[in-house]
Amino acid sequence: MLNKNIYLILIISLVFAISFWIGFNVNLLPAEASINAPIYDELFKILFIIGLIIFIGMTIAVIYSLFKFRKRNDQIGDGIALEGNLSLEIVWTIIPSIIVLLIGLYSYNIYDRMGGMKELNHNHEMMSSNTEKIWAGISQTSDNEIAINNLSIEVSAMQFAFLFNYPKGNFISGELHVPVDQKVSMKMESKDVIHAFWVPEFRIKQDIIPGQPTILNFTPTKVGKYPIICAELCGPYHGGMRASIIVEEESDYNEWFNKNKKPEVNL
Amino acid sequence: MTISIDPQKTNNESLQPKGWLRYFSFSLDHKVIGIQYLVCGFLFYLIGGTLASAIRIELASPMSDFMPRDVYNQVLTLHGTIMIFLWIVPVVNGAFGNYLIPFYVGARDMAFPRLNAVAFWLIPPSGLMLVASYFVDGAAQAGWTAYPPLSITTPQSGQIIWILSVLLLGGSSIFGGINFIATIIKLRRPGLKLMQLPMYCWAMLGTSLLVVLSTPVLAGTLILLSFDIIANTGFFNPVLGGNVVVYQHLFWFYSHPAVYIMVLPAFGLVSEILPVHARKPLFGYTTMVFSIMGIVVLGLVVWAHHMFTSGTPPWMRLFFTIATAFIAVPTGIKFFNWVATLWGGKISINSAMLFSCGFIINFVFGGITGVALAQVPFDIHVHDTYFVVAHFHYIVYGGTVFIIFSSIYHWFPKVTGKMLNEKLGILHFIITFIGFNLCFAPQHWLGLNGMPRRVAEYDPQFQFVNQISSLGALLMAISTIPFLINVFLSVRNGKDAGDNPWNALTPEWLTSSPPPVENWEGEAPLVEEPYGYGKEISEQK
Repeated sequence: MLNKNIYLILIISLVFAISFWIGFNVNLLPAEASINAPIYDELFKILFIIGLIIFIGMTIAVIYSLFKFRKRNDQIGDGIALEGNLSLEIVWTIIPSIIVLLIGLYSYNIYDRMGGMKELNHNHEMMSSNTEKIWAGISQTSDNEIAINNLSIEVSAMQFAFLFNYPKGNFISGELHVPVDQKVSMKMESKDVIHAFWVPEFRIKQDIIPGQPTILNFTPTKVGKYPIICAELCGPYHGGMRASIIVEEESDYNEWFNKNKKPEVNL
Repeated sequence: MTISIDPQKTNNESLQPKGWLRYFSFSLDHKVIGIQYLVCGFLFYLIGGTLASAIRIELASPMSDFMPRDVYNQVLTLHGTIMIFLWIVPVVNGAFGNYLIPFYVGARDMAFPRLNAVAFWLIPPSGLMLVASYFVDGAAQAGWTAYPPLSITTPQSGQIIWILSVLLLGGSSIFGGINFIATIIKLRRPGLKLMQLPMYCWAMLGTSLLVVLSTPVLAGTLILLSFDIIANTGFFNPVLGGNVVVYQHLFWFYSHPAVYIMVLPAFGLVSEILPVHARKPLFGYTTMVFSIMGIVVLGLVVWAHHMFTSGTPPWMRLFFTIATAFIAVPTGIKFFNWVATLWGGKISINSAMLFSCGFIINFVFGGITGVALAQVPFDIHVHDTYFVVAHFHYIVYGGTVFIIFSSIYHWFPKVTGKMLNEKLGILHFIITFIGFNLCFAPQHWLGLNGMPRRVAEYDPQFQFVNQISSLGALLMAISTIPFLINVFLSVRNGKDAGDNPWNALTPEWLTSSPPPVENWEGEAPLVEEPYGYGKEISEQK
């Protein structure tokens, strides 16, 4: 009996060790390029490790049972008439409940850190009519940031393109340019069907809905060019509905902005 | 008290065609209807599988080069609709439910045999209509979810035929659900208590409650959508002041429970199969019953987890996260119970057992990604990507379809009186298991790294992984060949099975194979312990 328990403990520790090793050493995610990304990846790592422990454990249990308890040729009759074990069943109700609850609380914490539970800042209300209700995407905020520093961009999506309107510069661009390490705030609306704004490197996604503006805030952290992908089926050319987001140093961004800027009088 | 046979009914049945012709008739025999569901469903599975192959061929290269883009969208819409509404739902509910439930409750037929036949005969015409819509003006191309405004702005005829077809199939499903509830509650043989029923009855009771509660919501939603398309109303049309997100709420109020309508019966079937081949009682009968009912209740309040990026308020996201994640608890109980059922058994390693164990492994994987997807911050990155595609194929194919095959290997001797060939069966399992995992496991990575779902073209860096996935799909297509050969050979020349080749204790095995029209020559047996394996041995000691 003691021997059996030692084997069991050995196997369980091995499963944990393998799961942790894989969880920390196998990277399944793309580059991290926004404030959101490292927070997301932290959650992913935890879920990945817990998932691996459960999956490897269950798979070993099934395969071991098939080998250990397979019917040998000379065997007749049935297995043991075991109909249940209340304490065991209580254990495997309570432990998963606790795990699920902890994951839920943890992901709430992650979501809060991403800014999901924050009230939206009121910067946009000047642009939208007063009666309009705006639905939130993720609104991430670092505490020292305030509306003054915000870049407000209006995104309109249509079959099959994104257009980015920079109201302060009075121009529209097909590429989204943003300065690195500054909070960007976007108000998005669709001209026809539902689209979605997804930047995998930023770990953010928000549907763009006709008749219902949505808001998405993010802070890029890494200079580079990343794809903006439409993630909601929007018609035949859905797969080709792409744009680019270019994250650049503030000076480069200002140069680009001033080059494209049109004077107010043109309005 | 015995159940008397209505002489009028017996007369009617003697007028029914005999032999194979009865499978093409308006038969009232629950066993004939069950087989009609199964064979009809399998034919649609082959059609849906062909469409899936077309998708994987298109995705073997990054460019959209195999078929026109609008045809690609029609193909993916038809693939989803056919696989859900014409293969999985009718087969796990209609086919096995009709065949097994009357046996399990000790009845000679379902509660409403005519309604039962109507429910089946709604399926072939609506299925054919759906497939034929391709030749009218193109089939529906807004995905099986038919989100407006896309479904309003794409060619109308295809979308309207799609709506009509899904409405008819939903009607069929509701008729079936009412019939199962009535049969399980009211037609039980005298002396048979609810807590003595085989687990599949409980699974079907729970499933049918979900069908009856949620399918009407889908029907209402689709009728409103059809008004928007035909009559220019503005329920969901934003141009006319409609709200597109309301459609999503209504749609998922059915379509999330639909997942449980597809997997709960499979949970029931695997609970029948494992004890027989492991020669052990089903572990934890009572907790199994409560976990089924727990899944039914929770399954009705989780729908908005499909809409985490749609623009929902934060509190709603949080509520649906917690509710969804908690489904893992009753589901987990069932999986632990199945493994405990295997533990200490005398397990026959045959095709039915292998497919059931494949199901456990695949479904645990799909369940884990499901708990991850329930977390709002996790979902926001992978929503509408190939990660989700991989997740639900692990649930519905790796889960339910594996159990459908397991069930066919298990009950084929009952239906035909012949055994299926075990070598071909094990070959079928190996190719399916490898092909399935090769096809869908890599798709998790694709989704995490930036490939959205429902696209005909993608970035070149994803080509290699997509080709692995397509290779897996090829293996899955090939895997049906040994299966079909096996079925056709065994129906004609299979080894004689006898009445009870597995020495099973559930009531359907306590009659001849194939069973007589009225199920038992004499009175229905009272089976108080459908899982009483090992009992005699321990008593002898």
